[in-house]
Amino acid sequence: MTGVSCRGVTARYNGATVLSGVDLAVRPGEWLVVVGPNGAGKTTLLRALAGVIPAGGDIVLGDQKLNQMRRREVAARVAVVPQTPVVPDGVTVFDYVMLGRTPYIPYWGMEGPADRQRVTTVLERLDLLSFAGRTVSSLSGGERQRAVLARALAQDASILLLDEPTTALDLGHQQQVLELVDGLRREAGLVVISTLHDLTFAAQFGDRVLLLVAGEVIAEGRPGQVLRAEVVSEHFGATVEVIERPDGPVVLPVRTRG
Amino acid sequence: MSAATLPLGPPRPRLGPVVVSVGVLMVAAFGSLVLGPAGVDPWRAIVEVLDHIPLVSLDSGLSSQEAAIVWQIRVPRLVLAGLVGATLAGSGAAYQGVFRNPLADPYLLGVAAGAGLGATIAIVSGLPTSTIPPLAFTGAVVAVVAAFGLASLGGSRRSGATLILSGVAVAAFFTAMQTYLQQQHADTIRQVFSWILGRLGTTGWGDVRTLVPYAVVSWLVLFAYRRHLDVMAVGEEEASTLGIDPVRVRLMVVAGATLGAAAAVAVSGLIAFVGIIVPHIVRLATGPSHRVLLPVSLTGGAAFLMTADLVARTVQSGGELPIGVVTAFVGAPFFAFILATRREVSA
Ligand SMILES: Nc1ncnc2c1ncn2[C@@H]1O[C@H](COP(=O)(O)OP(=O)(O)OP(=O)(O)O)[C@@H](O)[C@H]1O
Ligand SMILES: [Mg+2]
Repeated sequence: MTGVSCRGVTARYNGATVLSGVDLAVRPGEWLVVVGPNGAGKTTLLRALAGVIPAGGDIVLGDQKLNQMRRREVAARVAVVPQTPVVPDGVTVFDYVMLGRTPYIPYWGMEGPADRQRVTTVLERLDLLSFAGRTVSSLSGGERQRAVLARALAQDASILLLDEPTTALDLGHQQQVLELVDGLRREAGLVVISTLHDLTFAAQFGDRVLLLVAGEVIAEGRPGQVLRAEVVSEHFGATVEVIERPDGPVVLPVRTRG
Repeated sequence: MSAATLPLGPPRPRLGPVVVSVGVLMVAAFGSLVLGPAGVDPWRAIVEVLDHIPLVSLDSGLSSQEAAIVWQIRVPRLVLAGLVGATLAGSGAAYQGVFRNPLADPYLLGVAAGAGLGATIAIVSGLPTSTIPPLAFTGAVVAVVAAFGLASLGGSRRSGATLILSGVAVAAFFTAMQTYLQQQHADTIRQVFSWILGRLGTTGWGDVRTLVPYAVVSWLVLFAYRRHLDVMAVGEEEASTLGIDPVRVRLMVVAGATLGAAAAVAVSGLIAFVGIIVPHIVRLATGPSHRVLLPVSLTGGAAFLMTADLVARTVQSGGELPIGVVTAFVGAPFFAFILATRREVSA
């Protein structure tokens, strides 16, 4: 089983530092939710963990250093659901999800029956079978987001990086998708690192929450420790009330005027 | 419902477009073979071609002069048209795929400007015409290598957009040099223009023999990368999270496409439009997967250019139109018609 750990991760765009020395460690079967205001560096952190941007510091996947692994090896271990996925023109949902099998298809080869079976299973699991022959661009925002998640699941990676996987989903599908990921990580011991803007969901599904502000880790720990009303109002500039419940804190926005 | 029993197969490779394009290709080849000013009997012309198949021996009954018209003029010319058309269309499809840009064509990174400069140098310095193809080829390859060099000045992992812009800069520079040379040697303008407008050789089998190895290598490279090109449709960053090295795929695809396009341009001049419209028309029928798009672009490009050449040499009695004029003249309205009448792809 593959855990993720990193020490002193830094990243910069055009000379501007966006991540300054992020440390984290996530064990197999554990879900870490990264929260923080817009522009804090959450997406950048996930991109660094996926190895698609150059980053300083040490990132270790299982027993291997990320920067010593080949692209295919990384892709077989780390699957990414991007915040704003590219929607290819004219590609069917089936073919799109099949892209997730890329790390297992021989370099010069084509997918086989096992790959098609795997794609079918994933589509079924995400309620997408009836969309299999439709083009991705013809799907609604939420259906499309499920297709992207399906592609990541078809990748059979032990580390899932989910960047705002529920923004386009209705409440029921948000719960459904988060429960699905929760079930998978428990049954298959996956590492899940996700960003979530909904702090209540962050508290319900994250084993731990990491608060990132301006590229620095401000707080990290169990949801109840991190998501306190004064912390949220300080760093998000929001007025909230935090209600303690047995399944975690509920972060409730409240109006100060009107 | 168990997944194993679902009727859902893989989306089957659709054979329809392949069959149609091969059919059109055969009609175009047949037309090119039997039509021409010399008035050779069509049936005998076909028998004459069959006679050249190994182990087949038939008597076409053609005079030796007519036989020569068929086998030394018409057949090599239609084969050359097919090779050039296929190569330009295949390269165009590959460029469009790897840059995810519908406006990309085989001349995008400077193949046309480089070849134009090479050919102009050969013409204005009064070198023998046999030096035009090698110099045009060299110019095309130098231009694309220069575009790559320029793009990687800021680091080799630069995006496709940087490469396109570098290609634009290189092309502008080479075109300026060519225009300058042309202007300094005004007496050769006709010859330079006739090269630029494109023409299919009249040198018997020589051009075909020159082009075949480059064309075949180019097709094989592009076909080998057909699945990688499909993955590149989600953009470079996502392709790389899926285990593809986009920089390497781009390099190999551009190299393969450039090799073919440069060789085609070297023997036939700058034939416009084939590399951009044929893949688009094919894509409307086949969908975006390069597994079907690439092979059908090859057959479709061959059929298109054979037909255009047939028009070029028959429409005007007593003379030939430049092939590049015909491809644009026929191609542009046809393309406009397709775009205006196609149904918006919805499912
Ligand atoms: N390619 C880029 N070039 C320059 N700056 C960038 C680039 N990508 C992101 N940034 C900047 O880096 C900072 C962090 O961006 P990032 O996308 O990681 O934020 P985020 O925490 O994911 O925000 P959000 O909640 O809005 O998704 C922002 O200030 C952003 O403007
Ligand atoms: Mg983000």
